[in-house]
Amino acid sequence: MMEKPHVEVKGLTVTARNAAGERFPIVSGIDFALQRGEVLALIGESGSGKTTIALTLLGHARPGATIAGGSIRVGDAEISTLDRSALAELRGNRIAYIAQSAASAFNPSRTIMDQVIEPAMIHGLMPRATAEAKAVDLFRALALPFPDTIGARYPHQLSGGQLQRLMAAMALITDPELVILDEPTTALDVTTQIEVLRAFKAVVLERGATAIYVSHDLAVVAQMADQIVVLSQGRIREAGAAAQILHAPADDYTRTLMAAARPAIRPTPVKVALPAAAPLLEIRNVTAGYGRIGKDGLPRVPVLRNINLTIERGGTLGVIGESGSGKSTIARVIAGLLRPASGQVLLDGEPLPPGLDGRSREQFRRIQLVFQNADTALNPAHSVGQILARPLAFYAGLKGNAAHLRVLELLDLIRLPASLIDRNIGGLSGGQKQRVNLARALAADPQIILCDEVTSALDTVVGAAILELMAELRRELGIATMFISHDISTVRAICDDILVLYSGTMVETGPRTAFATAPFHPYTNLLIGSVPEMRTGWLEESHAGAAPPPIGAAGDHPDLCRFLPRCAARVDGLCNITPPPRHGLDKGSAGASRILCHHGDESLIAS
Amino acid sequence: MIASAFKRAKTLPLSGKVGLTLVLFWLAVALFGPMLAPYPVGAFVAYDVFEGQSAAHWLGSDYLGRDVLSRLLSGARYTVGLAAAAAMLASATGTALALTAAVGGAKVEEPLSRFMDMLISIPSKIFSLVLVAAFGSSLPLLLLIAAITYVPGNYRIARALAVNLAQMDYVQVARARGEGRFHIAITEILPNMIHPLLADFGLRFVFIVLLLSGLSFLGLGVQPPDADLGSLVRENISGLGEGALAILAPAVAIATLTVGVNLLIDALPGRGKGR
Ligand SMILES: Nc1ncnc2c1ncn2[C@@H]1O[C@H](COP(=O)(O)OP(=O)(O)OP(=O)(O)O)[C@@H](O)[C@H]1O
Ligand code: SF4
Ligand SMILES: [Mg+2]
Repeated sequence: MMEKPHVEVKGLTVTARNAAGERFPIVSGIDFALQRGEVLALIGESGSGKTTIALTLLGHARPGATIAGGSIRVGDAEISTLDRSALAELRGNRIAYIAQSAASAFNPSRTIMDQVIEPAMIHGLMPRATAEAKAVDLFRALALPFPDTIGARYPHQLSGGQLQRLMAAMALITDPELVILDEPTTALDVTTQIEVLRAFKAVVLERGATAIYVSHDLAVVAQMADQIVVLSQGRIREAGAAAQILHAPADDYTRTLMAAARPAIRPTPVKVALPAAAPLLEIRNVTAGYGRIGKDGLPRVPVLRNINLTIERGGTLGVIGESGSGKSTIARVIAGLLRPASGQVLLDGEPLPPGLDGRSREQFRRIQLVFQNADTALNPAHSVGQILARPLAFYAGLKGNAAHLRVLELLDLIRLPASLIDRNIGGLSGGQKQRVNLARALAADPQIILCDEVTSALDTVVGAAILELMAELRRELGIATMFISHDISTVRAICDDILVLYSGTMVETGPRTAFATAPFHPYTNLLIGSVPEMRTGWLEESHAGAAPPPIGAAGDHPDLCRFLPRCAARVDGLCNITPPPRHGLDKGSAGASRILCHHGDESLIAS
Repeated sequence: MIASAFKRAKTLPLSGKVGLTLVLFWLAVALFGPMLAPYPVGAFVAYDVFEGQSAAHWLGSDYLGRDVLSRLLSGARYTVGLAAAAAMLASATGTALALTAAVGGAKVEEPLSRFMDMLISIPSKIFSLVLVAAFGSSLPLLLLIAAITYVPGNYRIARALAVNLAQMDYVQVARARGEGRFHIAITEILPNMIHPLLADFGLRFVFIVLLLSGLSFLGLGVQPPDADLGSLVRENISGLGEGALAILAPAVAIATLTVGVNLLIDALPGRGKGR
C-alpha cells in the first residue's frame, strides 16, 4: 500500500486566449504524482508547456492564461482553491521557485545578502542574523567563491553563473517542502553544473524536500530525477521511472529529444587563405580587470592575465571556460568597453585605441558584439525595426525606404517574418530575440562578431537552430566569429580553434581536432569529464570535480598555477612552488595544442 | 492621436477615470474660467460679506462681498498654470541633469550630485521666504522658486533610474557601437524612464500646488488684486469660524485638484513603453 503522494496533479488544463478572444488549451490532461522527497522531471522543448505546468504549482498562470481545470495538491493544500493571500503565504516559503534567468531576477541596486534572505524576512521565519548565517552555509554548499563575503556584493559584480547559484540560495533559505527548479542549470558551465547538481541532490535528500525539475536536457535530468514526464505541445508523451525513459523510451518523440541533445560536428568551413596578411584580430599580452589600476600595474580586481590570441579572416575561435573565468571580459576589452591595464588589441595589424574614445566609426563597425542575454541586450522601448535600422543609419547613413528594405532583408536573413518589424521586443520569444540580437550585429556589416554565450539561455532545439544559422551566415558572408561558450561540446562542434580559459589565464589553446584526442590539460580534462552522460548514476560515478590529492602549502609566487586548488593531477613540491611553463602537447595526427602545466604528454596520460 | 488617447482612457480603472475627470475639469477651469466668471474678479457685488449660497452667487460672497465663484474661476489659472509650469521646469531640468550624470561618468556625476544634495538640504519654505523677502513676490520669481525647490527631488529619482538603465546590456551594446552620449541618453535610456517620471511629475505638481498655496496663505504668493487658490483661503480666513463657503470652496478646490492628479498618476498603466 503506497502512502498518499506528497504532490498530486490531476487532469490539469491551462488555457490562454488567442487573438480572436477564444480560449484554447496550452496544456491539457496533465496527471502526475510524487512522494515526499522524490524528484520529478518535466522535460520537453521550448513551448511544450514545462514552465506553465511548473507555475501552476505556485497557483500562478502567466498573464492571459488561466488554470481552467483539474486539481493541484501540495501536501494538504489544494492550490487551485486558495485565494491570493493564502498563495502569497505559500510562495517563497513552503513552495520555492528557482527561475531560469537569474540575471533579471536580481535587483541591481541591493546587495546579494539582502536579496537572498528576503524570503525568510518577508515571511518572518527567523531573525536576520540566523538567516544570514544560513545563507552563508548555502553559499558554501553551492560552491560559491568567498562564501563569507560574497553577500556584500552587488549583482553586476558577479558573473551569470554565480547569480544563478545565488538564486538557488534565495529559494532554499526557507527550507521549502517543494522546490520547483525551472532550468536552473541551463545557463551554467558544466563544471559548475556538476557541483550544483550535487548540491541540489544533497539538499533534496538531506531536507526531504520534494522537487520538480524542469529541463530540456535529458542528460541532466538523468542525474536528478526519480521520475520523468516527457511533454510535447502541452500533452504528456511519456511518463515513467527515470531509468525506463532513458534506457527504453517507448515514444518516438522521446527518442528525437535524445538525438538532439548533442550537437553534430560540422565540417570545417574552407578557410580563405590570405598569405602574409596580418590576422584580422590579434590580442597581445592583454591583462585586464575591474577597478582602479594600482602601482603594480594590476587593476583592483584582476581578471585576465597575459592573453594572446589571433583570429583569421572568416575564422572561428571558441573561448571556453567556466563562469567568471573572464570570457566576457575578453569580449569587452576587444569591443572597447573595458580598457586593458596593459597589452594591445590589433585589428588588421593596426593597434586599436584601448577604450571607446578615439576609435573611429569604421573601427566600431568592423567589430560587433552580441550579448549573452537577448532579454537585456535589446531595448524594451524599441521595436524590432528600430533596433535593426539604427546601425544602418549610424554606419551607412541609410534612411527611409533604403533602410526599410535592408531591414526586411536582414529579417529574411535570420528567418524572421517581416510582420515582426513593428513588434516590440517584449512580444518576441527567446529564440526570436536572439535572432534579432544577431541581426543587429549583422546590420553593421562587420568583419568579426563577438558572440557571448548566444545560445546558453536557449533550449537545445532552439539553440541548435541559432548555431545552424550562424554557421550558414559565416559560410555566406565570411564573417569571423569569436564564440564564447561554457559548453565544450558546442565549441568543439563549430569552432576552428579553441582557447580554454581558467581564472583569466589561457591554460590550453589549439585547433579543434586537438580537443578530441587525449591528453588534455588537467582543466580541459575536467571540463570534458563534466559533461553529463545520458544515464542514471553518472553523477555518482563521475570523478570529475572529485577532491584533488593533498598538497603542501602553496608558495607565494604570483604566477603559480591558478588551477592548483582544484587540480586532480597536481604534484606536491612542484605545482605549489614553481610557476608552470607553457609548452606544446603533441597529439599525433590530431595536431598539437599548447598548455600551461608542469605535466608533459606521458605524465598526463598516466594521471 | 486623440482617438488612441480616448481608448487608453477607457482602459483606466475607476479611480483613474475619476482622477482624469478631475484633472480635465481643472484644466478647463484654468483655460476658460475667467471667461465663464459671472462677475468681474474685484467687483463688490453682494449685499453682505460671507453670504451663503444663492441663485445670484452660487458659492456665496467673500470677506469683502465679492463673488466667490468668479474669484475661484479666475484664481484657478494661477495655481494650475504656475504649478504645471514649475513642475515641468523642475522635471525637465532634473531629468536632463540626471541623464547628464548617468552618461557623463564620475567626473560629472559627483559634483552634480553633491550640488543637488546641498539644494535638497535647504528647507523649501525658508528658501522661498528669503527669496521673496529679497526680491519681492512676482509670478516669474514664484515659478523659479517652485522649480528650484523641486529639481533635486526629481534629479535623485531620475538619476537612480538612469544609472540602473545605463548598466543594461543594450546600453553597453550602444556604447560598443560607438554611439555618442547624447544618443544613448535620449534614445536608449530616456524612453525606459518615462512612466516613473510621469508619476514623479504628478507628485511634484501636487507638492508645488501645496507650496504655492502655502506661500499665498502666508501672503507671499500671488499678490492682490490677483489671487490663486491659496490666497483665496487666506483672505477668507476670518470666515472659518462660521464655516463660510468662501473658505470651504477654495480649500475643496485645492483638495480635488491634488487628489485628482494623484489618482490619475497612480492609475497609469504599469509599464512606460515610451510610445
Ligand atoms: N564591474 C565589475 N566589477 C568587479 N568585478 C567584476 C565586474 N564585472 C565582472 N567582474 C568579475 O570579473 C570576473 C570575470 O567576469 P566575466 O563576466 O568576464 O566572466 P565570464 O567568464 O563571462 O562568466 P560567465 O560565463 O558567468 O558569463 C568575475 O569574477 C566577475 O565577478
Ligand atoms: S601545473 Fe600542476 S596544478 Fe597546474 S594544472 Fe598542471 S598539474 Fe595541475
Ligand atoms: Mg559572460
